[in-house]
Amino acid sequence: MQLRAERGREMEKDEVILLDFWASPFAARVKIALAEKGVEYKAREEDLLESKSPLLLQSNPVHKKVPVLLHKGKPVCESLVILDYIDDVWPSPPLLPQYPRARATARFWAHFADTKLFEAGTRVWKSKPVGEARRQAAGDFIEALKLLEGALVDDKEYFGGERFGYLDAVVAPLTSWFHAYELCGGFKVADECPVFDAWAKRCAARENVAAALPDPDQVYELVWMMRRMYDIE
Amino acid sequence: MAGAEDVRVLGVLASPFAMRPRIALNLKKVEYEFVVETMNPKSELLLKSNPVYKKIPVLIHNGNPVCESLVIVQYIDEVWSSSQPILPADPYDRAVARFWAAYIDDKWFPSLMGIAKAQTDADRASSTEQMLAGLQLLEEAFATCSKGKPFFGGDALGYLDIALGCYLGWVRAIGQMYAIQVLDGAKTPQLAAWAERFCADEAVKEVMPETETLVEFAKMMAARWKAAPAPAK
Repeated sequence: MQLRAERGREMEKDEVILLDFWASPFAARVKIALAEKGVEYKAREEDLLESKSPLLLQSNPVHKKVPVLLHKGKPVCESLVILDYIDDVWPSPPLLPQYPRARATARFWAHFADTKLFEAGTRVWKSKPVGEARRQAAGDFIEALKLLEGALVDDKEYFGGERFGYLDAVVAPLTSWFHAYELCGGFKVADECPVFDAWAKRCAARENVAAALPDPDQVYELVWMMRRMYDIE
Repeated sequence: MAGAEDVRVLGVLASPFAMRPRIALNLKKVEYEFVVETMNPKSELLLKSNPVYKKIPVLIHNGNPVCESLVIVQYIDEVWSSSQPILPADPYDRAVARFWAAYIDDKWFPSLMGIAKAQTDADRASSTEQMLAGLQLLEEAFATCSKGKPFFGGDALGYLDIALGCYLGWVRAIGQMYAIQVLDGAKTPQLAAWAERFCADEAVKEVMPETETLVEFAKMMAARWKAAPAPAK
């Protein structure tokens, strides 16, 4: 009953609510996008390691994951879908590039970042410390990162060019997990991909990005806790 | 303007992903050349156009490649924006369509293919259960999106129709091979009726492969699936 009344009030006020988790790079993307647009919102922290809130389970019954954006009481799920939605509802300043070809390129690399880069990084920390799986994962991660680095062309400041945009917002949060991957995988991103590393530092210097990104040391602590939980040793 | 543009789709007949750009171009009434990819070995054109994934489909528009089937469909919608819209107009409806398209590719289609790839009866039963449960979600999604109209997109085929409909050939083939009633008129009546309408649509008819072709293709692939080792954990 209270939940419905609460949502009713939210609908009236046209409020923007983000169901969040401090370490989630996917939620961080949404925070960056909203900040870039100057949209005020309330972030509600989910305690994902304990139990998911009724609001989360109700808003995202299919995946039960963060981030979820609640706008006028209606949920939008999946970070890339949310970013598109934010760009549609609040067009200025634009997040995606203006022209179809550049937009397609940005979408292509966003999908790559999730399915190849983040996926390999996850395998790095989830694998046993000794063995082929860890080596393979580290190799896959660096290979994926080098490909993504290739999209930063011609001394461009950002993926989109001179302006911070969609692909920057998509990839920057993933970098907060790199410290954990480096320690688990035995490599350094700065050595392997210096151009990417320089881009990451430029993004981290932006106020909207710095405010959204989780602390890499805290992420590493979380990774260690999860490794114990999953019994990976 | 069809005559002035060079539009090619690089693909193979059995691929549901390659159907997507073709349906989109048909909806927009854009003339294009369908270039059948050899696959074994992969052609120079494919390797040059999609160096990252080396996969079809690729849309080559005035010499410029666009990769990833759903990225291509959005690109087509944006380039030929004055004809038949593919994505809905309303931002929330767009988000819902994008969400379900991602679900279909990330969760539902793998469970469908899991039926064909399963090496044991238990695995096959598990994949079948997951796939059918997913269809129930999609049946509800159809009611939400169609709002009483014939397609997910409303009066005409849209983004989500293309995203799901391209798999109907494989649905029939797998249903036939494993004696499964995939689209059950009793359990998913709206989807069953939608599937008939989708396959009969002018934009789809000529690009939907024959069920027998897919069954033969699956039999050929079966040997490869049997030999493939389980992915490293």
